[in-house]
Amino acid sequence: MSEASGIYALWYREFKVFTRERSRVVSSLITPLMWLVIFGTGLGSILNGAAVGGDYQTFIYPGIIAMTVLFSSLFFGVYIVWDKKIDFLKEVLVAPISRTSIFFGKVLGGTTDGMIQVVILMVLGTFFGIHYTILSFMATLVFAFILIIGIVSIGLTIGSYMSSPEGFSLIGGFVIFPLFFLSGALFPLKSLPAWLYTFVSINPVTYAVDGLRGIIIGIHQFSIMYDLSIILLFAFIMIVIGTYSFKRMKL
Amino acid sequence: MADAIEAKELTKKFGNLTAVNKISFKIREGEIFGLLGPNGAGKTTTLSMFATLVHPTSGEAYVGGHSIIHEQGAVRKSIGFVFQDPSSDDTLSGRENLYLHALLYGVNLTDINSKIDSVLSLVDLKDKQRVLVKNYSGGMRRRLELARGLLHEPKILFLDEPTLGLDPQTREHMWEYIKELSSKKGVTIIVTTHYMEEAEQLCDRIAIIDHGEIKVLDTPANLRRNVGGDIVTLRFSGKPNVAKLKKLKFIRKTEIKGSTVRLTVYNSAVHLQDILKAAGKVEAVESRSPTMNDVFLHYTGKEIRESGDEAEGGAMERIMHYRANSHR
Ligand SMILES: Nc1ncnc2c1ncn2[C@@H]1O[C@H](COP(=O)(O)OP(=O)(O)O)[C@@H](O)[C@H]1O
Ligand SMILES: [Mg+2]
Repeated sequence: MSEASGIYALWYREFKVFTRERSRVVSSLITPLMWLVIFGTGLGSILNGAAVGGDYQTFIYPGIIAMTVLFSSLFFGVYIVWDKKIDFLKEVLVAPISRTSIFFGKVLGGTTDGMIQVVILMVLGTFFGIHYTILSFMATLVFAFILIIGIVSIGLTIGSYMSSPEGFSLIGGFVIFPLFFLSGALFPLKSLPAWLYTFVSINPVTYAVDGLRGIIIGIHQFSIMYDLSIILLFAFIMIVIGTYSFKRMKL
Repeated sequence: MADAIEAKELTKKFGNLTAVNKISFKIREGEIFGLLGPNGAGKTTTLSMFATLVHPTSGEAYVGGHSIIHEQGAVRKSIGFVFQDPSSDDTLSGRENLYLHALLYGVNLTDINSKIDSVLSLVDLKDKQRVLVKNYSGGMRRRLELARGLLHEPKILFLDEPTLGLDPQTREHMWEYIKELSSKKGVTIIVTTHYMEEAEQLCDRIAIIDHGEIKVLDTPANLRRNVGGDIVTLRFSGKPNVAKLKKLKFIRKTEIKGSTVRLTVYNSAVHLQDILKAAGKVEAVESRSPTMNDVFLHYTGKEIRESGDEAEGGAMERIMHYRANSHR
């Protein structure tokens, strides 16, 4: 009972803060729009549509959803570092709830932020010629949800070991760029050289992007169920690691 | 009465530094207990160990009858903690911060609102409950955090430097809140401070801590008695001549600072005449019973630095300060 209300407490806080800092939401949407409009149009103008199986802008749209989620969810972890800097974290740690619940409360908070951004991007997608059915809309949300949980867990894990926001940005950058560039968000997987394909295929985000692309525009390399299983496994492992890290976290 | 807290050879080392060194004491249920010491003495570390936030290197302690090592959950359920540094969320309102805290402590959903109302009125923040904490003054913030510490009705409350950085008026208000808590609700309160006056005004018993060690533990009155006499301050017009004074047996201690001489005198009421005779011509004389400042000096051999203005104050300001204290 008190664990559940503790999880709710942490979610409540993150949600309130999120709604108070709307500029954060707006700015987190500007970057993906620039990618879509500028990069998508610019590179699309020199690309033969056949190479990606359609319009390039449409092709990268699911990848841009994944990118947005990747960056905002990973950097959500920096808030735990700020909580350490002011003594807010002490206030939470001295309360009679378990570290596991604290972790889950934070994950839920970050996931809510991420899902709101995804929904906004999906609505904006209709202006770029993306059509959703009820089924594809729901399936996109499910994929995004699982990916976000995994990435938020990575962010929180990093945050639990860091004592400065600068340190967090440094490590976060090291993690996020390979995850993004090696995911096939911007290019098809079919024609990659073997060495690059190896890296791409061990990146869990690849399967999230592939699944999203399959659901939204019908282009995919693996079966949707295969994609789903891999990111479920990925999210599960990250939750386990995150929970463990929160238990070990020192002030 | 039962013990609210018992510490047994509690020790914390950070690498080579021994922040808390084998402290042992008992705190009785319902008392206001003070840990008095300068910055870096180990006060926060001691409280953090009691609250299970820091693991002791060795030793043990029982809080509300529960081991801080083996029964952390039970310990955390029975305590409230007001931290030294701000720990409320700036982007939330005062009331939202309290609501958050109530949820964290599993306060019954049906009681939450009435409990929040009652702590808000206790600390006079009802009018400002909807204001975001980032727009609070330092004093309001402190009061909010005190209210938060009380919200889940802990049996034992830790206050880490509760009046640090507050103006004198707010500080005295804070003392009233704390005393009321203790007398009305019977909460055991452990307060740390480096303000002498605060320890003396507030606490039933005081432990003086320095370099992680408890130097002495007693009631304020007993501590003062142990200094061994009253403090007599003489101000000379020129350089003081203390040769004659030093011969007087009832003067326990003689210290010279510029043109003032500070004496620790056994039974000064009887001996003042003799002192003045031995001192010769003086500009001013002041006799008073010892303050906590004198107590600290007596037990640690150094003065506690209360705040910048006082440390830098001249002799006259000091005398005026003594005077202000002696009226209490
Ligand atoms: N986490 C820590 N790591 C290393 N040293 C610490 C840590 N916390 C406190 N200390 C050191 O322990 C000593 C006691 O600190 P503290 O308990 O905060 O003192 P106080 O609260 O009395 O001012 C200080 O010398 C401080 O620098
Ligand atoms: Mg301290």
